[in-house]
Amino acid sequence: MAQLVATLASTHHPFYLKATTMPPEQQMPEAPEWKRKIEAYRETLAKTKPDILVMIGSDHFHQIFLDNCPQFLIGKAPRYDATFYNEEREFGLPTYVLEGDEAMSTFMHQHLMDQDFDMAFSNELKIDHSIICPIITVRPDNDLPVVPIYTNIFAPPLPSPKRFYDLGRAIRKAIDEYPSDKRVACIGTGHLSLELGGPRQFMETGPDPAFDNWAIDTLRAGDIDALLNSVTHESMAKSGNATHGFLNFILMLGVAGPEVADYVDNLDLFHTMEAYFTWYPKEDAA
Amino acid sequence: MSKYYVNKFLFTVDRDPEYLRRYAEDPKTFVATWEQSIGPRLNDAEMTTVTALTDEERTALVNHDYVALFEMGAHFFLNLTIFIGIYDEAYMAKSGPLAFQREFAANLQHWVGKDFPSVQT
Repeated sequence: MAQLVATLASTHHPFYLKATTMPPEQQMPEAPEWKRKIEAYRETLAKTKPDILVMIGSDHFHQIFLDNCPQFLIGKAPRYDATFYNEEREFGLPTYVLEGDEAMSTFMHQHLMDQDFDMAFSNELKIDHSIICPIITVRPDNDLPVVPIYTNIFAPPLPSPKRFYDLGRAIRKAIDEYPSDKRVACIGTGHLSLELGGPRQFMETGPDPAFDNWAIDTLRAGDIDALLNSVTHESMAKSGNATHGFLNFILMLGVAGPEVADYVDNLDLFHTMEAYFTWYPKEDAA
Repeated sequence: MSKYYVNKFLFTVDRDPEYLRRYAEDPKTFVATWEQSIGPRLNDAEMTTVTALTDEERTALVNHDYVALFEMGAHFFLNLTIFIGIYDEAYMAKSGPLAFQREFAANLQHWVGKDFPSVQT
């Protein structure tokens, strides 16, 4: 059977590449530290020598729109184009082509259906920055095939926090039961407290630093009960109107299992708290 | 109210450099064109007959009035991204990074501490 070798959950900041590659005299003061933290985080993946990346992200109205809006969707294609015109314009992100793994996508899709997750699917999926940002940060060579999975964190009504966790558990089960000798890493991105297009956007900190600190401690402890007892769609909206990206962290804890994280780092940037977690499977887990 | 159709305007224009240029340069003419021949498109062959903007929505789009659009429940991501696309460069040149984004936030300060208008469609 395939082996899950690492679970990575992080924020995705679309300006990382631009912020750390512009001429040094124009860079923000935090840029060198940000780059060091990202490179250290990258190593937590590299040392596990993965063969396939299962990647969890959320389309930001790039391919998916309100005329046809799935809650959970899996990509099933031999290759994926990435980065839309408006992401190049706003964030300075380059375009990519990601290799797919149709066999694993097909297995994952069927397995999730068999576990009562009726996933939408796409055979022609163009990937956006929710998956390209972690390629840039943790696998910039873009040398591995991916199985992309999208969640709806954007267009209410959204699935419940528990449903996100349960989907993570189901993805983990599918990886563990994939008949292959491949080493699989699962990488997902989202946000801590975040406001976009509202009165608390682009402040000196994120809109709710107290939530950010609590979320980091609770994820570090792998305390799913505390997360599911406290986090609701309404509580996330109070922490910032785009905080629902936190649901992807809850999903990733489902992939890892309710375990203490093996690697935790964070960085307080202008307008967001960045956070980076890695879990390695325990011998007796799963 | 046709929140969906306002979002469709923001979505279709933000993703197309030519539409965005026209909306930035001459919003009144462009919004009229959009309502006639861009907004109704479902695909290359099909047009919808069931959607339309209200007068209030049309006025907000013509005026680049992101506060009014926020208050109507236009999606926060679309409402921010398109106006960054139009205004960021000029604000940055004049007042530095994030100047437009901070003005946008300042113009919405009366919403701090309140439940925002729902973006659900």
